[in-house]
Amino acid sequence: MDFLRPATWQDALAVKAERPDALPVQGGTDVMVEINFDRRRPAALLDLTGVRALADWDPADGRLRVGAGVPYARLITELGRSLPGLAQASRTVGSPQIRNRGTVGGNLGAASPAGDGHPPLLAGDAVVEAESAARGVRMIPVAEFFTGVKRTALAPDELIRAFWAAPASGPQYFSKIGTRNAMVIAVCSFAVALHPRERRVGTGLGSAAPTPRRAPAAEAFIAHELDWDGRGPLSEAAARRFGELVAEAASPIDDVRGTGDYRRRALSVMARRTLTWAWNDHRAGSTGSVGSLGREAS
Amino acid sequence: MTSPLDVASAPGGVGDSPLRPDGTLKVVGEFAYASDLWMDGMLWGATLRSPHPRALIRSIDVGPALAMPGVRAVLTHEDVPGRALFGLDHPADQPVLAIDQVRYQGEPVALVAADHPEAARRALAKIVVDYDVREPITDSRAVIADPEGLKVQELGGITRYQPVRVGDVAAARAGAEVVVTRDYEVGIQDQAFLGPEAGLAIPSEDGGVDLHVSTQWLHNDLRQIAPCLGLAEDQVHMTLAGVGGAFGGREDLSMQIHAAMLALRTGRPVKMSYDRHESFFGHVHRHPARMRYEYGATADGRLLYADVEIVLDGGAYTSSTRNVVGNAASLGVGPYEIPNIRIDAYGVYTNNPPCGAMRGFGAVQACFAYESMMDELGAACGIGPVEIRRRNAVSQGSRLATGQIIESPAPLADMLTRLDAMPLPPPLDPSDLRNLPGGVSQTTRGEGVARGVGYGVGIKNICFSEGFDDYSTARVRLEVIGGEATALVHTAAAEVGQGLVTIQAQIARTELGVQKVTIAPADDRVGDAGSSSASRQSYMSGGAVKAACEAVRAELLALAARRLARGGHDRDDLTVLGGKIVSRADGVLGAVEDVLRDDVIERTREYRHRPTVPMDPVTGQGRSHTQLALCVHRAVVDVDVELGLVKVVELAAVQDVGKIINRTGVEGQIHGGSAQGLGLALMEEIIVVDGQVQNPSFTDYLIPTILDMPPMRLDILEHPDPEAPYGLRGAGEPPTLSSTPAIVAAVRDATGLALARVPVRPEHIVRGGVTWTTL
Repeated sequence: MDFLRPATWQDALAVKAERPDALPVQGGTDVMVEINFDRRRPAALLDLTGVRALADWDPADGRLRVGAGVPYARLITELGRSLPGLAQASRTVGSPQIRNRGTVGGNLGAASPAGDGHPPLLAGDAVVEAESAARGVRMIPVAEFFTGVKRTALAPDELIRAFWAAPASGPQYFSKIGTRNAMVIAVCSFAVALHPRERRVGTGLGSAAPTPRRAPAAEAFIAHELDWDGRGPLSEAAARRFGELVAEAASPIDDVRGTGDYRRRALSVMARRTLTWAWNDHRAGSTGSVGSLGREAS
Repeated sequence: MTSPLDVASAPGGVGDSPLRPDGTLKVVGEFAYASDLWMDGMLWGATLRSPHPRALIRSIDVGPALAMPGVRAVLTHEDVPGRALFGLDHPADQPVLAIDQVRYQGEPVALVAADHPEAARRALAKIVVDYDVREPITDSRAVIADPEGLKVQELGGITRYQPVRVGDVAAARAGAEVVVTRDYEVGIQDQAFLGPEAGLAIPSEDGGVDLHVSTQWLHNDLRQIAPCLGLAEDQVHMTLAGVGGAFGGREDLSMQIHAAMLALRTGRPVKMSYDRHESFFGHVHRHPARMRYEYGATADGRLLYADVEIVLDGGAYTSSTRNVVGNAASLGVGPYEIPNIRIDAYGVYTNNPPCGAMRGFGAVQACFAYESMMDELGAACGIGPVEIRRRNAVSQGSRLATGQIIESPAPLADMLTRLDAMPLPPPLDPSDLRNLPGGVSQTTRGEGVARGVGYGVGIKNICFSEGFDDYSTARVRLEVIGGEATALVHTAAAEVGQGLVTIQAQIARTELGVQKVTIAPADDRVGDAGSSSASRQSYMSGGAVKAACEAVRAELLALAARRLARGGHDRDDLTVLGGKIVSRADGVLGAVEDVLRDDVIERTREYRHRPTVPMDPVTGQGRSHTQLALCVHRAVVDVDVELGLVKVVELAAVQDVGKIINRTGVEGQIHGGSAQGLGLALMEEIIVVDGQVQNPSFTDYLIPTILDMPPMRLDILEHPDPEAPYGLRGAGEPPTLSSTPAIVAAVRDATGLALARVPVRPEHIVRGGVTWTTL
């Protein structure tokens, strides 16, 4: 196995063009596990930790451009206010050690249907910035990024440079089912984001289908149902219907982590609850919170 | 004779909580575990395992593997130098390497030694095994119905059938005012020790082999290893390597014979170290159980009879199944007085994963059922969970189901009263997500959350039972080193993380009155210490160290009477305290060092507990256990009833340990045992479909984290057992029994569901708690 460690982004793109079989590695929380257990044997590893620029994030054109190498821990501490849904999801990833190493770029590259970062990126209309030496930058909406189980729209010579997302203009929530109270892979997960200026609600479902996906019918239903002008209360019936439509958008499987029936049911509950929290925040004039962790909140 | 207990205990002695010598190293990551063993020039061993739970082997071609660069040996069953079979029980029935057929997924088929672990793993993939795959036998009840037709191996069928018969159940049934009946299931729990199986085998000059292994019982390993290697026992030299947890999972051999075979074949040191995936196939698990319980009682909740069937699935080989069945049968109705009892306990062979020893050993499965029954009975009689237990509780002088009389204190009713009197935790504070079911996964802010409270009681036998010649050996040496009296304690007892080396030193300090104690590495140059299991080492090796220390002290005082005599002190007037020889009449006479001078006092002692007898094969009667220990738990849970997620808010426990040797250690045992019981209640299960393990990883075999394990309220009682050293009672296992039913009872209380199977999964709560089986 070749180990390739470029020092600049341009070098990385050149290496990837020359060695399309090279597997990019950032924090290694997924790739190294696969290699250690001999489940994966890439011809080459492309270590991107030497490319410093990937670990930066910047505001640009009213949006945020977050480098593929920014770890979850920094998403929580530095971007918790502007990307609260993603920060909440980041907080559920593994242990503190894993959150120090793991990145959303790696999460996108692995494209697991259970990836915790995906639902809030979907709900928040994020866009993936991919780049190749030959064709330059290509912007891929996250909703179009996942093409199958652990498959993406990336070309063999492309690398993920960053993702782009607008700072939250309304409340956002992420919710995830695990059979224990920490350090658990999602049985299923759900993200909701209110976009009050556009009078729209974004959704994202995890571990509910071969790829992370949105629930378009639920989004359309609730956008129409909510009292955007008067900020009137959300009816119990509307919240329930929203939950049902989210569950209908899923095509979950039975597996060792849970049954398809359970996943559908849990998605409807999470969708109902998170929408209710988000709308109540909106009515109260708040853009939401990252959720209290008591003394550890930061 | 003078007892040092008359006087204040020495610092670091019995009753104190000195720091563990291995504690800091483990916390900072510097402790050398077996997987850290290293020798220049060593080879790496690897194991080819069966992908099938049941298949015939038509042929094995090792040629392509042998031809690979860096590969030094490839071995099959034909290369086993001695006996082809090994096993914990007799007759040994487990092939060292599969002979013509495989009987469980993961059974070892061939071995490779190579220069590099990666080369060894590559070579495994090149071994060509031609399997004729057969339908696995996986239904334990079907095996009982047709033991001759559904044999997975020569022995059968049924591993052990143990009935218990007391009184007249049919007559009692006719007179019962209340009858409750229920089926229960317990899934397969894994020990999930953090240090996977590992060891190093080094060819020795005498033609034998030095083995450095992480095990629970060096001498029993030795007795199984030597015959298979075709060596005399004195040619196999055993040393304990750093053990990263055991919980019963290291009682059976794993890589010991394999590494030794490769070392003897290649003439080179060979290291073997399983990874987490392989570890799930490298050791036995807790027996899954299918149980049917019927209880009858008077209208005011006094038990009249119990009619019980317990079926334990041991997998393909015997391991410790017979003894596990004995425990399940003898403790099948728990610490309650029941005048009429019929218990049928079975262990069976199947092609499911092999099962054997795990903390609680047969008593855990039965405890989940009988405690659930006590709640059912209480509900049927309109009596609360504490009172229904108190009303039927055993006490000193009561008879167990086996007719054995509980001879030492068993204050169960009082323990329940104490538990009941403990304050309950405050109501849910939803302002911190970590207090809520789901934790930071943020599934609720309090919506759908209901609180429940449940109770559990458990009784566990301590030490080996049923007539086993159970003993431990200790060698203690006292001498002056660098001007300071120093005791050396040497046993073959395995420190598996439970803190045994700490209390061995405490006992030596108390008995010998010296501060400096060295614990020699555990090896086979001293006599057998028995296993670090059955909660027995504080009792047995503790007892042996105490006995050896007493012998050394007697010699020291005899020497003192001669050397310090300013008028001929009587030996009985002397004792040793704080490094000084003290006369009751005249006070301090001198220092231990002044008495010892250049002499060395060394004594070796064997310690035995009172003999036990096997259970009667027809009636199950007999004094089969030496010591019995009780623990009671109260669990408080918050359940998200819409999502099926559970947060255990608090566990409270009352346990009688006879005598606290080391409070920190005992608390650790209760915390750890309770956590393992919590795991069984809510998440820990090896899921098996058609004999195939579905979740052999820590991604999908979940064990509790610090956010799952709540704070504990402990009340540790000290009612001494006059038969045991210092009056102590083994403490490691009882909390593992009672925490599981307490937590499930609390979830039932919160949801109103029956929940007859553990672990309780979220979909059981959401779907309505029907029995859901993977078997």
